[in-house]
Amino acid sequence: MYTQGLNTKEAHSSSPADAAREARFQARIDEDEKIEPNDWMPAAYRRTLVRQISQHAHSEIVGMLPEGNWITRAPTLRRKAALLAKVQDEGGHGLYLYAAAETLDVTREELVEQLLTGKAKYSSIFNYPTLTWADIGAIGWLVDGAAIMNQIPLCRCSFGPYARAMIRICKEESFHQRQGYEIMSTLARGTPEQKSMAQDALDRWWWPSLMMFGPSDKESQHSDTSMRWKIKRFSNDDLRQKFVDATVPQGHALGLVFPDAQLKWNEAAARFDFGPIDWEEFRQVVSGNGPCSKDRMRARRKAHDEGAWVREAAMAHAAKLQSREVAAKLAAE
Amino acid sequence: MTEANWPLFEVFIRSRGGMSHRHVGSLHAVDAEMALQNARDVYTRRGEGLSIWVVPSSAIKASDPGDKEMLFEPANSKIYRHPTFYKVPKDVGHM
Repeated sequence: MYTQGLNTKEAHSSSPADAAREARFQARIDEDEKIEPNDWMPAAYRRTLVRQISQHAHSEIVGMLPEGNWITRAPTLRRKAALLAKVQDEGGHGLYLYAAAETLDVTREELVEQLLTGKAKYSSIFNYPTLTWADIGAIGWLVDGAAIMNQIPLCRCSFGPYARAMIRICKEESFHQRQGYEIMSTLARGTPEQKSMAQDALDRWWWPSLMMFGPSDKESQHSDTSMRWKIKRFSNDDLRQKFVDATVPQGHALGLVFPDAQLKWNEAAARFDFGPIDWEEFRQVVSGNGPCSKDRMRARRKAHDEGAWVREAAMAHAAKLQSREVAAKLAAE
Repeated sequence: MTEANWPLFEVFIRSRGGMSHRHVGSLHAVDAEMALQNARDVYTRRGEGLSIWVVPSSAIKASDPGDKEMLFEPANSKIYRHPTFYKVPKDVGHM
């Protein structure tokens, strides 16, 4: 999902004392207790969370770019106000998530630096271009739809600050998917040209949306531990299947065709069967070779560099005010 | 990284008149004034509040999770601190 880049093996080191503490820790998790920042936790739990939460935060921040591209060109004021609010939400969601990651003893500056130097990953989906207005509809419907599917179980994640951030995010995000579907349905019921725009957007966004759930369960290296720690509640493939089952009827209701010849209802299993995912494309995009990867990083670095003077000026202003306050206090004494 | 880290603030919001302020999250700001402005932008986008407090995170002293049992366990056995511990004769009715 927003944390697909979790593909390095964890090294294991454990002394007998650690083993006892780990057993107590696991017992708390098994009891469905929340782990809070000051509680003891295995180093690997902390590392996994820092990586997962910060990748999630980076994804929110980079995710503002493809949609931001269309704010000034939204077809009506209503659409523009909604898109602006959605992109604003994403900025806020990035902030909630950075704050949750920071409770694990990393600084915001380190996290931002990891993004800007390309050390940290973010979701593959944001490396695809938004070529037409219909893409904004497809992103809301499919990308946010997939994100919500993944995020709802995260509201019950074992780490308190992450779970609380996710509750807030899910609450705010419920309008994102609906506004996207509304755009798609307006286009799908419009002129033939509009309908073909909607179809074209579905053609381009469908497979990348399925890739958002990350590698298949056979390949996913982190799943077992993350499940045991209740950071993750469902496997990648289970969530992907849930998403397909929920989304396909919504597309059919619009009279759109999914770009998958093998997609069909499986009566016996009560689910949709779908064709194979191009994992080579996924690997390329996750490792920074997506169609817009370079653009996205260039835009983030530019915004960071060009904002440097603002951050410096704010610090200088705060320091000046504080020294004036101190001087006034001294004078009064 | 040459830039200094901005201090962290904890944000508390009163959601409705008569309610107490409740912790909603945290943010970085150069000073309390900016923390208030940012808290307004980040945490009240949908009318979540009527009043905001911001507190430097460094000003908060928290109890040690390791002391949890010592601090809070003793209250568990003191059931006589709750009204349900006491019997009121049926014919007296609600008290």
